[in-house]
Amino acid sequence: MPVTIQIPTALRVFTDRKSEVQAKGAIIAEAIADFAASYPDIKQHLYDEGGTLRSFINIYLGDTNIKNLGGLDTPLKDGDILMLVPAIAGGSNP
Amino acid sequence: MIVLPDSASAAIMSEGERAYPNECCGALLGSMDDSGGRVVSEILPIHNGRETEEQYHRFVIGPDDFMASEKTARARGLDVIGFYHSHPDHPAVPSDYDREHALPWYSYVIVAVKSGVSGDLTSWELDGDRSRFIKEL
Ligand SMILES: [Zn+2]
Repeated sequence: MPVTIQIPTALRVFTDRKSEVQAKGAIIAEAIADFAASYPDIKQHLYDEGGTLRSFINIYLGDTNIKNLGGLDTPLKDGDILMLVPAIAGGSNP
Repeated sequence: MIVLPDSASAAIMSEGERAYPNECCGALLGSMDDSGGRVVSEILPIHNGRETEEQYHRFVIGPDDFMASEKTARARGLDVIGFYHSHPDHPAVPSDYDREHALPWYSYVIVAVKSGVSGDLTSWELDGDRSRFIKEL
């Protein structure tokens, strides 16, 4: 399914400054992987060393955080809009 | 490169003291200059989304608060160009936890708050390979 992925400002350095890109996938995990394959430099910021999506990267389908849907296995329809939304986290010590 | 006016750094220092012994956090709103440098216009304090008992060494700006900060910035004709947080009784140097959770491009301002009084204030940008922070201020 062709879908649109909206890119946060901080990651547009990896998408030729584009604020949205097209990707394909039957489920959200596939669309994000397809997107990452098209812009390989973005991979290390989306996925950890083990290939798991980083905890601070949230994905919204329309207005809904996919945590409240079926997560990365949520099926996609033609024309769906995904948004990558970071959480900002940090602290002072381990 | 970041330009942080005295008014903005004073506001961050005061937020750090207000939140002590917990961490404060918020967004840096501003714009890009012609050479790609970031100029901060104002700060936007955001509530620390971590559990109260973790806030002495952790902060989080959740995705809904992140989206709200972008919306506020746009409404003021600005962009979110970075974030700030405080290090209560720790130096103004990013922790490994900071680095593991950082995004490229943004400026990360840290203020050290010692015994309730703000001191050193620094700013950092994540290196492209995520291996370290580069000090910009
Ligand atoms: Zn920190």
